[in-house]
Amino acid sequence: MPASQTEAAAVATAEDANSGMAAPPHPLVEFWGYFTSSRGAVIGLVVICVLAILAIFADVIAPLAPDEQFRDSFLVPPAWVEGGSMRFILGTDDIGRDILSRIIHGARVSMSIGTLVVTVSLALGIALGLIAGYARGVTEVIIMRMMDIMLALPSLLLAIVIVAILGPSLVNAAMAVVIVAMPHYVRLTRAAVITEMSKDYVTASRVNGAGPFRLMIVQVLPNCMAPLIVQATLGFSTAVLDLAALGFLGMGAQPPTPEWGTMLANALQFIQRAWWVVSFPGLAILVTVLAFNLMGDGLRDALDPKLKR
Amino acid sequence: MLRFFLTKVGLIVPTFIGVTLLAFALIRLVPGDPVELLAGERGIDPERHAAMRAELGLDKPLLVQYGIYISNVLQGDLGRSIVTKEPVLNEFLTLFPATIELSVCAIIIAMLVGLPVGILAAVRRGSIFDYASMGVSLTGYSMPIFWWALLLILTFSVNLGWTPVSGRVSALYWFDTVTGFMLIDSFLSGEEGAFGSAVRHLILPSIALGTIPMAVIARMTRSSMLEVMHEDYIRTARAKGLPRFRIIVLHALRNALIPVITVIGLAVGVLFAGAILTETIFAWPGVGKWLVESVRRRDYPVLQGGVLLVASVVMLVNLTVDLLYGLINPRIRHAR
Amino acid sequence: MLAANQNKSGNNNGKPRPYQKTQIEIGSSNMRLSHRKFGLSAVALGALALSAAMAASAQAKTLVYCSEGSPEGFTPSLYTAGTTFDASSRQIFNRLVEFERGTTKVVPALAESWSVSDDGLSYTFKLRKGVSFHKTKGFTPSREFNADDVIFSFERQRVESHPYHKVSGGSYEYFQAMDMPKLIKSVDKVDSHTVRFVLNMPEAPFIANMAMDFASIHSAEYADQMMKAGTPDAFDQNPVGTGPFQMVAYQKDAFIRYQAHPGYWGGKAPLDKLVFAITPDASVRFAKLKAGECHVMPYPNPADLAAMKADSSINVMEQEGLNVGYLAFNTEKAPYTDKKVRQALNMAINKQAIIEAVFQGAGSPAKNPIPPTMWSYNDNVKDYAYDPVKAKQLLAEAGHPNGFKTDIWAMPVQRPYNPNARRMAELIQADFAKVGVDAKIVTYEWGEYLKRSRKGEHQTVLLGWTGDNGDPDNFMYVLLSCAAADGANRARWCHKPFDDLLKKAKQTTDAAARTKYYEEAQMIFKEEAPWFTVAHSVVFMPMSKKVSNYKIDPFGGHPFYGVDLN
Repeated sequence: MPASQTEAAAVATAEDANSGMAAPPHPLVEFWGYFTSSRGAVIGLVVICVLAILAIFADVIAPLAPDEQFRDSFLVPPAWVEGGSMRFILGTDDIGRDILSRIIHGARVSMSIGTLVVTVSLALGIALGLIAGYARGVTEVIIMRMMDIMLALPSLLLAIVIVAILGPSLVNAAMAVVIVAMPHYVRLTRAAVITEMSKDYVTASRVNGAGPFRLMIVQVLPNCMAPLIVQATLGFSTAVLDLAALGFLGMGAQPPTPEWGTMLANALQFIQRAWWVVSFPGLAILVTVLAFNLMGDGLRDALDPKLKR
Repeated sequence: MLRFFLTKVGLIVPTFIGVTLLAFALIRLVPGDPVELLAGERGIDPERHAAMRAELGLDKPLLVQYGIYISNVLQGDLGRSIVTKEPVLNEFLTLFPATIELSVCAIIIAMLVGLPVGILAAVRRGSIFDYASMGVSLTGYSMPIFWWALLLILTFSVNLGWTPVSGRVSALYWFDTVTGFMLIDSFLSGEEGAFGSAVRHLILPSIALGTIPMAVIARMTRSSMLEVMHEDYIRTARAKGLPRFRIIVLHALRNALIPVITVIGLAVGVLFAGAILTETIFAWPGVGKWLVESVRRRDYPVLQGGVLLVASVVMLVNLTVDLLYGLINPRIRHAR
Repeated sequence: MLAANQNKSGNNNGKPRPYQKTQIEIGSSNMRLSHRKFGLSAVALGALALSAAMAASAQAKTLVYCSEGSPEGFTPSLYTAGTTFDASSRQIFNRLVEFERGTTKVVPALAESWSVSDDGLSYTFKLRKGVSFHKTKGFTPSREFNADDVIFSFERQRVESHPYHKVSGGSYEYFQAMDMPKLIKSVDKVDSHTVRFVLNMPEAPFIANMAMDFASIHSAEYADQMMKAGTPDAFDQNPVGTGPFQMVAYQKDAFIRYQAHPGYWGGKAPLDKLVFAITPDASVRFAKLKAGECHVMPYPNPADLAAMKADSSINVMEQEGLNVGYLAFNTEKAPYTDKKVRQALNMAINKQAIIEAVFQGAGSPAKNPIPPTMWSYNDNVKDYAYDPVKAKQLLAEAGHPNGFKTDIWAMPVQRPYNPNARRMAELIQADFAKVGVDAKIVTYEWGEYLKRSRKGEHQTVLLGWTGDNGDPDNFMYVLLSCAAADGANRARWCHKPFDDLLKKAKQTTDAAARTKYYEEAQMIFKEEAPWFTVAHSVVFMPMSKKVSNYKIDPFGGHPFYGVDLN
């Protein structure tokens, strides 16, 4: 069984040339095969697609505006409960806003901020990791020590500290989560770079006179993408979770932004009267996080078939 | 061995210095004038303003401020809370037992459930139980625990009335704080029902906090067990016809648990992040809630000191786990 | 260390437990039980525990108060939060004079009587005899209360070289804020039970100031002992006072325990024990009140009030708070230099809508700068009626037929006088738009907000005030005088006739004359309209029906002396 995707590809071409028996599958096809063999991963992917559609077309899909207050409909229960109405399928909150619409718009907030956080932290992490792995020496020590410091603090606490400095807002919370997530990417990239650098193809390119920048971006990076992709997928779920936690503590998105965690911030006060205010935003978070974790697991198995038994 | 020990300890020093820098920078980077905040609506005259800045040491050059800060920290002086004017270290020490008690109970619950589930799932690999338990544990792993805690309160406290909503023990009991650990104190007090009350108060928060570690332990135990079961010595044992139960418990489990225990040890950071949320929801008088409150009240000395203390505790625990792991597993020790 | 000290005092003050031995046995059997059937038995056990606890509390009257937060500490003069005063000055300490329970009237307390010199500069207090301090683990008083205690309590705050001045952080914000360092020239002991305060200038509200929390009287003997023992911090952590309750134990964020002071000079409190169960969340407090885990709770969620009123076991008391929320127009900036503009905007805002939307019924419309529970409140003042048409007309007269652009500053925090400033600003913005005024909502981080608004960077600003001593001077002089025009007076309004009245009222001690001055000042205030007065919040106190004789404190405090349990 091939050891990694790239080697699989290499082996495949070699076999192609040698035998000429039934053509082995293209690496992407093979990957897809592995990926879809996990039912969980497929479910995860489907849910993520649905969430993405909700996020993009929130304005069209949501039955009502997320911030519109219906002054005559405070704390209306969901449609299927006595006293509920089809107008507000999941009920309304304390100032008469439609919970379903807020959750749909919340998907937009979480998905877009999640994407932003993952992209930025991935980019920063890769950059720092490449530098550390390529430069070695003092630069590496300084970068890695900084990452150690960041990892010494529980992630949520570090995020809280950052928000305390920057002030509570969605953008600042996103920035905090970027910083908290970064060390993982740095470590992964550095480790991968160091492994790759000792390989023959890198030495060959060096001999051929490839500059360090070209070497890093064109040669080394593509070869250490697999663990990064997995980490990024799992990182997405962490980002959504951390953003929601900050929102819940009043340190993330500020009302009236329909962010799921923020929607739960005052939920404790309704716990005795309006379970629907408490239940649905959390369920949305859980489903999203679970979907990304399922897909991350599937990706890991597909990209690293060695672990698959 | 000594070399391994020294390297590990040596690595922690720069990290610690880094954390002090972070904590030091924190109070200076915060927007707004701390003195102005103290004065509130009433305001403050410029004279008094300058005097208070001097009191807080904000009038000296940064490098001097850091020097003073470090020397104070090394003497155990982490500053005083702006709000209570109590030394930060004292506040931390009075609240820390509550956090330890909650965390330990959470970990115990997580292990009591996670280990057997993981083992059983590995042994019955591919069974419905395996799929179901792994599905549940992935759900647990994905759980936003602040919501999970709310659901637990909604179900067990509000709807069923089985457990109290918040706090550590009913206010009607009147006993002394001896150790700071409510289970021990209530037991020692001999007051009728006090221990039961303490237990009932502890159940929901422990479950909420224990959920994620529980999921991690179950998943980790399962994969670790699966790995070990493929090792040669297990095959040998099987070939020798030893009873299945004996193989699992005596041979597989012992070796499978090593990585699991490391994971548990390293989960302290995760546990603490969870404690921040759990304590906030259950009004549990611990360190996590204290730090969140300090942000809300803009009590920056507390946040500064608390961050340093928490980071130190996490670093120490991680170091201990590292060292213990090195002791158990010589391969790690010589790896570097 | 804090915890250790508390434990010691706890041991001493706890009553002897005659059945301790049996109780231990019961306790350990509980433990065995709970080990065997961890999950299931806990429930049964809980029921058992609760009933047992209830039985125990029947013997000694224990009132549980679900307080909203941990106190900052126990020496009132060091702090400014109401939560702290509830836990300290209002239970543990007395002052020379105090406010009669449930009113803003000043009555004798540790001083039996007092006299004021004709020039208004010298106040002589005759001290009460036979007043005992608390006996705690750390301190056994050897003498009764006398003049030394009064001298100590004030000199600590006043004299920078005083040995206790720097202890426990040593900042006395309230003392400073009430201008005491400038006001008090000296505090003299005339004899063992007579104390004289000499002032630098006449200040009629001085007597009311002496009833404030920072003026609480501590034991000088205890202070000396702690100083000699080298633990001056303990003086502030384990308080000793003369008040109706003495502190037994405190666990941060969890509880404070008090027991009645048996030798209290006003007679022992009807309650034997008092527990503050610290419960920060309002709905949790409500849940505990319903479950009988506490008897009294402060600060309910407005949304829970209906359910509370419907609950047959709960009694909800209510009263207007000693506060005012306002929108101040910066009278130094155009167009607010023009009285007509200010009046017009007063007519443009729909006050009733704000009361309903922002206060959700927990507020009453304000027309004066002082609340109606305060003496000299002028009920003859007529508020501007909501009338956008007339407002627009008035604006046109003032030369703004098409309105103008302005800003509204909204506080970032929740205060009793304004539960949601952002929302209030949005409503005002909409009202302004109707008369052609285009307003932008501005907000800053709280410290920054206070600072910038004090400097007058705003055009209009939302803010408010909570009273300290029940004296109108404490509202009007602090917030509207010329002296404060570059500070707390956010309207930066300096109007000579108004200011003269305030000064006259400050200088006479004749209550009737002062009342007249203040009533007149309120008329001028309304006419000149430097503020749009928004609301006074209404304080709700839900409590168990078992609680009797509770009185709402107009200052927002929660004193429990005199309260009983049936």
